[in-house]
Amino acid sequence: MSELTAAELEQRTATAGDRLHRFHGGLRLRHNKKISCQDPVRHPVLPRELVVPLLQHGGPPATPRVRPGEQVLKGQLIGEAQGRGAHVHAPTSGVVRDVERRPMAHATGQAGDCVVIRCDGEDRWCDPAALDHWRDASPAALRAHIRQAGIVGLGGAVFPTDIKAGARGAVPIQTLVLNGAECEPYISCDEMLMREHPRRIISGALMLRHATGAGRVVIGIEDQMGAVKKSLDRAAREGGDGTVTVVRIPTIYPEGGERQLVQTLTGLEVPDGGYPHDLGLVVQNVATAAAVHQAVVDGRPMIERIVTVTGNGVGHPCNLLALLGTPVGHLVEAAGGYTDDVARLVVGGPMMGYPLRNDGEPVVKATNCLLALSHDDLRPAQAEMPCIRCGDCARVCPAQLMPQELNFQIRARQWDEVDSLGVDACIECGCCDFVCPSHIPLVSWFRYAKGEVRSQLRERAAAERARQRFEAREARLERARQEKAERLARRKKKLQDQAGRKKQIEAALQRAAAKDDTDGGSG
Amino acid sequence: MREFEPAQAPHMPSPRTVQGVMGQVLLALLPGIVAHAWYFGPGILLQILLASAFALAFEAAMLRLRSKPLAPFLLDGSAVVTAVLFALCIPPLAPWWIAAVAMGFAIIVAKHLFGGLGHNVFNPAMVGYVVVLISFPQAMTQWLAPRELAEWTPGLVASIQAIFSGSLSLPATVGIDAVTGATPLDALKTGIEQGRFVEEIRQAPIFGDFGGLGWEWIANWYLLGGLFLLWRRVIAWQVPVATLFSVLALTLPAWLLDPGANPQPLQHVFSGGLVLAAFFIATDPVSGCASPRGRLLFGLGVGLITLVIRRWGGYPDGIAFAVLLMNMAAPLIDRYTRPRIYGR
Repeated sequence: MSELTAAELEQRTATAGDRLHRFHGGLRLRHNKKISCQDPVRHPVLPRELVVPLLQHGGPPATPRVRPGEQVLKGQLIGEAQGRGAHVHAPTSGVVRDVERRPMAHATGQAGDCVVIRCDGEDRWCDPAALDHWRDASPAALRAHIRQAGIVGLGGAVFPTDIKAGARGAVPIQTLVLNGAECEPYISCDEMLMREHPRRIISGALMLRHATGAGRVVIGIEDQMGAVKKSLDRAAREGGDGTVTVVRIPTIYPEGGERQLVQTLTGLEVPDGGYPHDLGLVVQNVATAAAVHQAVVDGRPMIERIVTVTGNGVGHPCNLLALLGTPVGHLVEAAGGYTDDVARLVVGGPMMGYPLRNDGEPVVKATNCLLALSHDDLRPAQAEMPCIRCGDCARVCPAQLMPQELNFQIRARQWDEVDSLGVDACIECGCCDFVCPSHIPLVSWFRYAKGEVRSQLRERAAAERARQRFEAREARLERARQEKAERLARRKKKLQDQAGRKKQIEAALQRAAAKDDTDGGSG
Repeated sequence: MREFEPAQAPHMPSPRTVQGVMGQVLLALLPGIVAHAWYFGPGILLQILLASAFALAFEAAMLRLRSKPLAPFLLDGSAVVTAVLFALCIPPLAPWWIAAVAMGFAIIVAKHLFGGLGHNVFNPAMVGYVVVLISFPQAMTQWLAPRELAEWTPGLVASIQAIFSGSLSLPATVGIDAVTGATPLDALKTGIEQGRFVEEIRQAPIFGDFGGLGWEWIANWYLLGGLFLLWRRVIAWQVPVATLFSVLALTLPAWLLDPGANPQPLQHVFSGGLVLAAFFIATDPVSGCASPRGRLLFGLGVGLITLVIRRWGGYPDGIAFAVLLMNMAAPLIDRYTRPRIYGR
């Protein structure tokens, strides 16, 4: 990236979205969003039981604050944030049946502590803790309130929002970017939210702007989201203060990725290993803004989210407002159940989502979409073939990597080469997989390679430390040997000196004695 | 509770296939092949069939030896593409064993001994072509005259006879000189070596408006096919653009300075295999460069080396040597032309 002066950088981030830029590569995919946007968002019936994981965010898991048998109210704190984690609240009222390890909806399929709540069906609220007059509160106080509500980024990374809003780089925060570019096919939860509750988003945007200290807000939405622009614009006119701009950006997957969105709006690239705040930007999801609004105005902590339930594998694709902890299967039932030819259930979109092993896993803060795919959706046209280096993968790679070269080097286990080809910059968007005529599972290889490269680097660092320790010890021993030798030499010299002096004294005495003798003789 | 099979993202299978890529290349060659058959008789079609049969036979044998599955690799179309590209480079009535030797070298040595599909360092079609060009110069220079000039163009039966018996049976009234002839590039090279002016050489009937008679139209059809491949994004634009650019950019000043000793730029582009190579041969991704800037350099190199051989080398056309030499340079070029990674 060419070096910009501080003033140029500030100018670019302060005018984000005024002029659109292209990011490298990307794909125009079939949207498949309409099927789930036919009906308004609705509530599924309350499930009998909720399984609420204590780790639904980036950072360490929350510590349980309830015991089995305890009565909980809706919105009550049940897991307390540790360190850079987030709070977890009871999504409905009921009795805690257990706090136990359960498989969690997570890409790794790991188990984790979950609070199991038997719902009492009354949905009774605890005392809501709204923040009145938020404009008078300090940004730090507003962030503390956001933290109390357990709000995390709903775009997928689920990083605690208060921490992200308070992060500072070397430059002041100019612009808050709200990400409404829901670029993966099939997913429509953000689109539905923007259609149905634009005022919440605008209001939440102003709150986040206050919490981050940014001067203005840019909401990026896809140019295919028909009526969304109009409804957001109206809400911004009525409820905004003139600092909110809605920008339509070309629908090119993965423009909803944070780094690609930043590039689209400013032409700047987030530095390797850095964050948007290093440029003076904060990026938040539109749904996160709506959650902030609800936490501040209504005192509602984060206990529910809109989930798109869609795909050829379900009867009636739709968007549902689901309580966190609702078993995934319960939502599929609410969406008309599975069709006969369902083959795979994916959390997230078809490009980056991860498949579930069973539908008993709970909805968490990150669950934006349940995609049930049929056998026909998944049937490949051909088995895997060798790479023919057509280079289409490199053409579509938003990180400007050369996946074909990486593929060869990874298979040859040349980890240094893999590292220098930049495997770490891979955002795992899946564009390369999608265009590969040889059907090579490139992203899976890259995920594996990232782990290998990291462990290589760790091992090398450990070996380096061991080498330095060894060399330091050798040097110390050598120094000690030398010092000892010097000491000995000094002592020897001293002894020799002493012996010499003795001789001199003796000689002098002898001379004196001889003199005495001669004197005596003469006297 | 419902159980599902484990899997990996993405969950949308690629709509493209290797077979599809190769199929589009063959489709794009079709107009050029038809034109070739129109101007020089059906011999080219026989050569394509022969070369394809040999290529597939060698491919099958090598796959069997390497214990690889036959069906996916025989059907991927890569052997057929190699065979067709080779057949388009040789005289239409070359004897049958030319194709056998060339395809043997191309498929066995250039392709499978290097690891099969996707691993060949050199373009297999060009390896096969160069082997027979060097080994059997006599058979490889028996070019037919284009339809407009020849008193008689061999039909299907005569072509089959010629290819399999090695001798062309002519009608009683026609002499062999009326059927075969030097290619335009041959004529230019010998003419210039004899100290004649280009304009004078170009008076010969084998020359057309800007290239060789017949050849220029075949090249036009290859160009059309190449544009199709660009539109379908089967090939990268950098290679053909750079190849043609370097030929035009290097020949234009020479021609402007001394039009008597240097053919005009379009003459260079539309004779020999330049257009075919620019769009179909130098664009082979396996043996070429992978990075965009690398592909530009690759194309520039192909154009430059071709011109050097045409001007000073021992062969009238140098495209095959140019491609093979650049194949050697490709890994090194790629090393120094890697794109800058996002954020670095």
